[in-house]
Amino acid sequence: MKKFNSKNRYTWLIVAIIIVLVYWWSFQGISFSGIKDSAGDVVKSICNGLIHPDWKYIYDGSGEDLTSLIVQTLAIAFLGTFISALLSIPFAFWAAHNSKEIIGHPRSNSGKIILTVIRTFPEIVLAIMFIKAVGPGSFAGVLAVSIHSIGMLGKLFSEAIENMDYRASEALISVGGNRLQVLMMATLPTIMPEFLSYTLYRFEIAVRSASILGMVGAGGIGTPLLFAIQTRNWSRMGIILIGIIIMVTMIDWISGNLRKKLA
Amino acid sequence: MNHLPQRTLMQKWHLKSLSSVLIFVILLIGSAKVCGINWSSLNQNFSQFFDLFKKMAHPQWSYVTVVIQPIIETIKMALIGTTLGSIIALPICVFAARNIVTNKIVTTSIRFLLNIIRTLPDLMLAALFVAIVGIGPLAGILTLAIFSFGMVSKLFYEAIETIDSGPLEALQAVGANKIQIIVFAVLPQVINNFVSYFLYTLEINVRASTVLGYLGAGGIGVYLQRSLDSFNYQQTAVIILAILVVVLIIDGLSNYLREKLL
Repeated sequence: MKKFNSKNRYTWLIVAIIIVLVYWWSFQGISFSGIKDSAGDVVKSICNGLIHPDWKYIYDGSGEDLTSLIVQTLAIAFLGTFISALLSIPFAFWAAHNSKEIIGHPRSNSGKIILTVIRTFPEIVLAIMFIKAVGPGSFAGVLAVSIHSIGMLGKLFSEAIENMDYRASEALISVGGNRLQVLMMATLPTIMPEFLSYTLYRFEIAVRSASILGMVGAGGIGTPLLFAIQTRNWSRMGIILIGIIIMVTMIDWISGNLRKKLA
Repeated sequence: MNHLPQRTLMQKWHLKSLSSVLIFVILLIGSAKVCGINWSSLNQNFSQFFDLFKKMAHPQWSYVTVVIQPIIETIKMALIGTTLGSIIALPICVFAARNIVTNKIVTTSIRFLLNIIRTLPDLMLAALFVAIVGIGPLAGILTLAIFSFGMVSKLFYEAIETIDSGPLEALQAVGANKIQIIVFAVLPQVINNFVSYFLYTLEINVRASTVLGYLGAGGIGVYLQRSLDSFNYQQTAVIILAILVVVLIIDGLSNYLREKLL
């Protein structure tokens, strides 16, 4: 049992007051725009459009239909994840530390800070920057996904390296293996399953983000989705929504099964 | 039995791993074709990309005063949206936990619904709510509420499913009803997990809400879009730095609180 002394008897009261104050503060000064008069009609027509999706949009052979754009979205996510998995390996070795002390480790800390900065850089901003560099289209999307994913994959990879089982590399060193041999025969085989599993997990997330990158013009299913919402074409939006839901669910299921096999 | 074990044809030529490598390479080439990858264009225009960086390296510091107000609005939006979503998630997730509700049809259908909600991307919800309630922070709050509802509810019902069943059985044995069981046996065991998941979601929502405004859902994103559209990259740099500072602070704060709770 925790001892109740006079010091922490009132801590809950202080915490409660802080929480109330935080919420009181957060409701201050938010300018609520109010609900539009047309909101009811819009909701009604959205529901109507969702019930009657535009089935003709699934495939019409023009290359701008649902199937080809979903394939494009998957391609963006696939390439982006692949490139970022390759790029994040050096970052992971940079950020990983093997010694016990956490604070006095300049190399590992600097790597971790860089990964955090990459992670917080919004994906959409990256997409816009790459659109400026290579023009609108899925190539910009691939680059945005691959740079943004480095932040997360690098962190996961470096944690995998930190928790690695060193017995295999020690065995190789003890029989006189050189550094390259240790890396090829012991280090990589030990961490490869975990790397692959994290990459698959990241692929799931990349599919989701690739489906919205099109909103700024970086290819994939996002462009027609935003267009459908802006032109109030709800039956078109309904079919795109169904497409996204089926795509994401299937990718989650497939990659979940593959990851179970790896673990 | 003195002969060596024979390897099958599959094992001898490593057919399984070779074919998976082959499939992987085919997928890679195929997606490169679909995306129209053109590395030479990247080489050609990379100077432009660095030009952008050079402009961003000189932030227009006077813009900070303009940014403070919307970034506070962003934090407020994230706070209210996350709270709203978590409050709605609380009763729903009890019905999705298999150890509380034994009716399989109820749990499966609720889980199916939650899965569908989780697949909806946040930016898409933002675009939708801007169409429904108009431009402003309300659209952002509603977006974040639905987005965090999907995420929190899954974490919540998984937490409920891992609790110790002892107190449940004790309460059942003395004749408590369902609500009493939930309040006195389930909630005390999971409340710390709930708070920790709430903070985790808040952290993600702060990140997400910084870009929601891009579609007109209030907060800092509106300014982000404005500065990018007018090619004013010195202002963009200030906004990104401000987002970075806020995200790092919220990250640190919620990490500290979560460590204290668990």
